[in-house]
Amino acid sequence: MTTATEVIKPPRTEVGVLGWLKKNLFSTWYDALLTFGSLAFISGVLYGVTKWALTGAKWGVVTTNIKVFMVGRYPYSEVWRVWASVGLFVVMAIVTLVVWRLDIARARRAVTIAWVIVLLVTIVLLKGFGDLRFIPSVPINIWSGLMLTLTLGIVGIVASFPIGIVLALGRRSSLPVIRVFSTMFIEMVRGVPLISVLFMAMLMLPLFLPASISGRLSNVLRAMVGMTLSSAAYVAENVRGGLQAIPKGQYEAGRAVGLNEAYVMVLIVLPQALRAMIPAIVGQFISLYKDTSLVVIVGLLDLLGVAKAVTGQTAWIGTQKEVFAFAGVIYFITCSAMSYASRRLEKQLGVGER
Amino acid sequence: MENDRSEASDAREMIICRDVHKWFGDFHVLRGVNLTLRRGEVVVICGPSGSGKSTLIRTINRLEEHQKGDIFVDGIELTHDIRNVHAIRQEIGMVFQHFNLFPHLTAIQNVTLAPIYVRRWSKDKAEEVARQLLERVGIPEQAEKYPAQLSGGQQQRVAIARALAMQPKIMFFDEPTSALDPEMIKEVLDVMVELAKGGMTMIVVTHEMGFAKEVCHRIIFFDEGNIVEENPPAKFFTHAKEERTKVFLSQILTH
Repeated sequence: MTTATEVIKPPRTEVGVLGWLKKNLFSTWYDALLTFGSLAFISGVLYGVTKWALTGAKWGVVTTNIKVFMVGRYPYSEVWRVWASVGLFVVMAIVTLVVWRLDIARARRAVTIAWVIVLLVTIVLLKGFGDLRFIPSVPINIWSGLMLTLTLGIVGIVASFPIGIVLALGRRSSLPVIRVFSTMFIEMVRGVPLISVLFMAMLMLPLFLPASISGRLSNVLRAMVGMTLSSAAYVAENVRGGLQAIPKGQYEAGRAVGLNEAYVMVLIVLPQALRAMIPAIVGQFISLYKDTSLVVIVGLLDLLGVAKAVTGQTAWIGTQKEVFAFAGVIYFITCSAMSYASRRLEKQLGVGER
Repeated sequence: MENDRSEASDAREMIICRDVHKWFGDFHVLRGVNLTLRRGEVVVICGPSGSGKSTLIRTINRLEEHQKGDIFVDGIELTHDIRNVHAIRQEIGMVFQHFNLFPHLTAIQNVTLAPIYVRRWSKDKAEEVARQLLERVGIPEQAEKYPAQLSGGQQQRVAIARALAMQPKIMFFDEPTSALDPEMIKEVLDVMVELAKGGMTMIVVTHEMGFAKEVCHRIIFFDEGNIVEENPPAKFFTHAKEERTKVFLSQILTH
């Protein structure tokens, strides 16, 4: 029997933080017992780890070798080029964000072209030319450490996405040759471990290409091809799952309104399919990024390969915990960033809401 | 663009179906359908489910392929030639039972998509026409909403606007109100009545006999893959000749 002016608030222990705590952690006596038990366990573990991290650990191994972790065997005097590239990327990222938010139509095309130019410039900058005094050549096989991981990861992700989409469409094609080829490719790649794909890329790629090119194929390039093709097969299956989930009515409505098959696919079906498959596709990308650590098998030193090499230094014997914890943190940061970006993307596209 | 305008291009004959047969595997779904539709005619096709009435209009639109017989739309023959198919699809606007709006686009983007990419209109021109159409179907304020945010009746009206955006000469309606709640059926039927009174050539597959009585020129009773009976509404309900027609009418008119 409240009048319109009287406002009764809900009891304080039922809402807000207190309410949540009461409902989820302390609702019954065994719930509360479980809560205290878990708290004890978690704090025990955290105490041990934190104590080790702050007092017992020899973080010197990380700080003195930070350059090795980051760029591996890249000549120290040329490291400024890596900084320049990073700086360029950061600037481009900010510019892209600004242009996209402000939605200036003409600028978008300019930004896309700018990205392509920046990428080429970066490659030239990092690789250098043979005799130039200004930017002497740094063969790509010297790249190691986090730089190699990022390079392999980024190239793998960026290249496998469009190839995967094409393979998925090919697998659903009505032309038998395309369908058979796509299916065979996907199944063959999925049927072998990534390590064997890398070995095949290392050893067999020169067989497929004319001698003039194969001699100049560095190991890193062969690893890139192996990773890209492998990831493309998995991306293709994810995309195909998304395509199958689109109701036939969408295709029909697109055709009925006069769009040709290509437009129906690009404007109507693929946007919906890719939206639905963002978790699976990004999951594949994160997996690919971590799988770059396998290149140690074919003689390349990525972040983990370098980490292992560092633990062998005589000055830092017995520091595996610190080194691998550091490598783990680096991986965690990058993979979390990808997960976060994927969640933001899903939110912006309204996945699950429309 | 080459169209097979070989048939006597009588501009009043919008659709000609001659002895059209279609099989789904072994199932003979269309059995020699002969149908003629003139400009400005509104035809209602009714019949029991599974009779093939939806299949017929989907076949004319090439959403399904017919195996035997001839179909002409506005003088263009429906063949395997993809240019003919595209030309025909641009002449026919289709409204589906389950709306089939594009969920990743707003209402107005749904309507402007085809004009921009097929007719190559500029974005501004397409949007202006789209807003007029949305106003014509009664929901101008929903332009920026996504289909998931609209009610069924509103979605179907956006679907009608989307079909009209391509300025078709013929409109097909495949059970447009069957998936709607009763309160929303009227708002969609009102739009269709207004279209019919405006002179649009229409084929409507529906069970809404009130709509049929109000605006259509002919009612066709379709059963087992062929036309059983067709008559103007005045005669259709009272002077049904075939036994099957009488049975069907008794089933739907007792509601």
